[in-house]
Amino acid sequence: MNKLIVSLSPHVHSGDSISRNMYLVIIALVPALLCSFISFGIGAIITTAISVASCVFFEWAINKFCMKNKNCTVCDGSAILTGLLLAFNLPSNIAPWIIVIGAFFAIGVVKMTFGGLGCNLFNPALAGRAFLLISFPVAMTTWPVPGQGFGTYLDAKTGATPLALMQEMFKSGDLTKLPEVEDMLLGNTGGCLGEVCALAILLGGIFLLWKKVITWHIPVSIICTVFVISGLLWIINPVIFSNPVAEIFSGGLMLGAVFMATDYVTSPMSAKGQLVFGVAIGFLTIIIRIFGAYPEGMSFAILIMNAFVPLINSKFKPTRFGEVSTK
Amino acid sequence: MKTFRIGGVHPAENKLSASEPIKVAELPKVAVYPMGQHIGAPAVPIVKKGDKVKVGTMIAEAGGFVSAPIFSGVSGTVLKVDTVVDASGYAKPAVYITVEGDEWEESIDRSEKLVTTKDKPELTPEDIIGKIKAAGIVGMGGACFPTHVKLTPPPGSKPEWVIINAVECEPYLTADHRLMLEKADEVLVGVDLLMRAGKVNKAYIGIEENKPDAIALLQEKCNVLYPNIEIVPLKTKYPQGGEKQLIDAVVRRQVPAPPALPVSVGAIVQNVGTAFAVYEAVMKNKPLFERVVTVTGKSLKKPSNLLVRMGTPMSQLIDACGGLPEDTGKVIGGGPMMGKALRNTEVPICKGSSGVLIMNDKEAKRAEPQTCIRCAKCVGACPMGLEPYLLATLSEKHMYERAMNEDVVSCIECGSCQFTCPSNRPLLDLIRDGKSTAMGIIRERAAAAREGK
Repeated sequence: MNKLIVSLSPHVHSGDSISRNMYLVIIALVPALLCSFISFGIGAIITTAISVASCVFFEWAINKFCMKNKNCTVCDGSAILTGLLLAFNLPSNIAPWIIVIGAFFAIGVVKMTFGGLGCNLFNPALAGRAFLLISFPVAMTTWPVPGQGFGTYLDAKTGATPLALMQEMFKSGDLTKLPEVEDMLLGNTGGCLGEVCALAILLGGIFLLWKKVITWHIPVSIICTVFVISGLLWIINPVIFSNPVAEIFSGGLMLGAVFMATDYVTSPMSAKGQLVFGVAIGFLTIIIRIFGAYPEGMSFAILIMNAFVPLINSKFKPTRFGEVSTK
Repeated sequence: MKTFRIGGVHPAENKLSASEPIKVAELPKVAVYPMGQHIGAPAVPIVKKGDKVKVGTMIAEAGGFVSAPIFSGVSGTVLKVDTVVDASGYAKPAVYITVEGDEWEESIDRSEKLVTTKDKPELTPEDIIGKIKAAGIVGMGGACFPTHVKLTPPPGSKPEWVIINAVECEPYLTADHRLMLEKADEVLVGVDLLMRAGKVNKAYIGIEENKPDAIALLQEKCNVLYPNIEIVPLKTKYPQGGEKQLIDAVVRRQVPAPPALPVSVGAIVQNVGTAFAVYEAVMKNKPLFERVVTVTGKSLKKPSNLLVRMGTPMSQLIDACGGLPEDTGKVIGGGPMMGKALRNTEVPICKGSSGVLIMNDKEAKRAEPQTCIRCAKCVGACPMGLEPYLLATLSEKHMYERAMNEDVVSCIECGSCQFTCPSNRPLLDLIRDGKSTAMGIIRERAAAAREGK
């Protein structure tokens, strides 16, 4: 007989793994990815491919040459995911070398210098986007108009995003140029590659909730907060503020709420903390969208709240057993 | 449907032996009785080499109030008083008995006739508790807390209900399930006795919905015979059989952090196997020397439920179920979530042995731990509302003071966190270290405070 293995309980495991979670998120991104291909043509495909390839390359190279890790973390899918999400946050007509720089910043600086998966303070894809937005403001805010045929890439005709129009509207009081909500749901507006089709993102979010990869707390609290605050502003003055439905379906809000703010590593641990995190992101998003220099508020709101996660974790503990009222 | 309110996980149920009727296991050649079979002081042997014993003869007396006597499950001659490696993995003092025939103590009523409280209306609570204490009954779900102690609440607390734990939330185990199906009448008399002993007039039996036949059968009998016993079907979720979780699920009250006892919210919780043992002890004068044990495993030929005399080595039960499979990697005393992995299969069945589980090589191996990705699944799974990832890290870094401030001693060691961790981190291993060290610190401080006075 073999020697018996002796270890402490539990002796069974759920079978869950890091890579399972990562690949489920990647599957959840597929509908939005397909929509972006339809909206922006080959440019979206090229941008995504370059972003994913360079993220995986940097992860592998840094693991191999700088960190001397024995077990390489490329196979767990987290670098692919970062690459996808970074691409989702770029316009589809951006030059390839800019994407590579963004990928290097996301993986090399934001993720690996802190120790790799699980140790980074900020969301790598979002930090990469923010870095590019500050470094290459023109390239990063020149948005292709969707539906120009499959062959469009660097030569795409460009136009304004719904959020840019809203901010303009806030300044000028002219409501006429705002796109229809149906267009924002289906991806018929300008914008980042992955953010334009809110419906596809929602589909992915429902998939993640069903597979229990994420919980409802962060996405629901962000969307509700934005809806309520923008709704209040709209009731106060419907001329200069856009309606709350347009506000939640425009820009990176859906993408951020479902895929970026729910990033495991950079979001709080307790349900209470996640609600606080979500409400704060929603609040900051509206503030930045209306009063900030950028029409886009979501990515900066998430990055700012990422920095508060350790504080939230130490302040908002889960409800301990016995604390719940007895009646 | 009711269930506990915080955390919980859903391990694969794998109740392979759920439809196997209870069979009587063969007598062993030599029966072994470790003296520490319960929480509290070990029992003290009262027999010596060469003594003749019968089935039901007391071989060791209780070592204190929180302790229980031990009875022989076989008849024969005491071979030696020595030590044996029990399920804990430590060598403990033990009595060895060579089995000769099967002669029972005359005082035991061996008839099948059901005796109810109507047949013995003269029983007082003190009589019942006295008989339970004398019969050596302890909690049969695995924790092995002496039952008479639980029925003697500290002054100032007033029990309101008896809650019967018939949840059997551990995967694989089916002993309690079969017991309810085959000995329903006896179990209900046992519950009636426990209510009388605890001076309460309401009892709940919590059963998970994965045992619909047991729920239906007991419901039917209670409707006719016991209007004050309520069957509570519970949504299947682990660790519902945890005492605090069960109370929360059934009566929606949460026992405060240690050292508070369940009775502080009005509940006395007893296992269904204990209720059956109480029936036999009080009505049949039969001390605790046999129990139902599930012997199971995916590669085992015949997973079974066996009625086993205590002292029987597990190897004999495994042989009765088709022998130890070639690819055995782990043998577990108890269920897969909280059971103990055994060093060898000669460990004897004790009062708290609810199952013997065989795992093959593949199931037995743990996956390589990876770095924590802070997914918060452990926080969501913890039924005590703790933060396992944090407690594990604090314990790993020997920051026991901070672990104490984060309520590490509230951990019930159910293993839900480690079960659910996608990074396969040994969370509970680490937390156990933190918890035991923290409890040591608490004891030291209490002792120092006493000396200071």
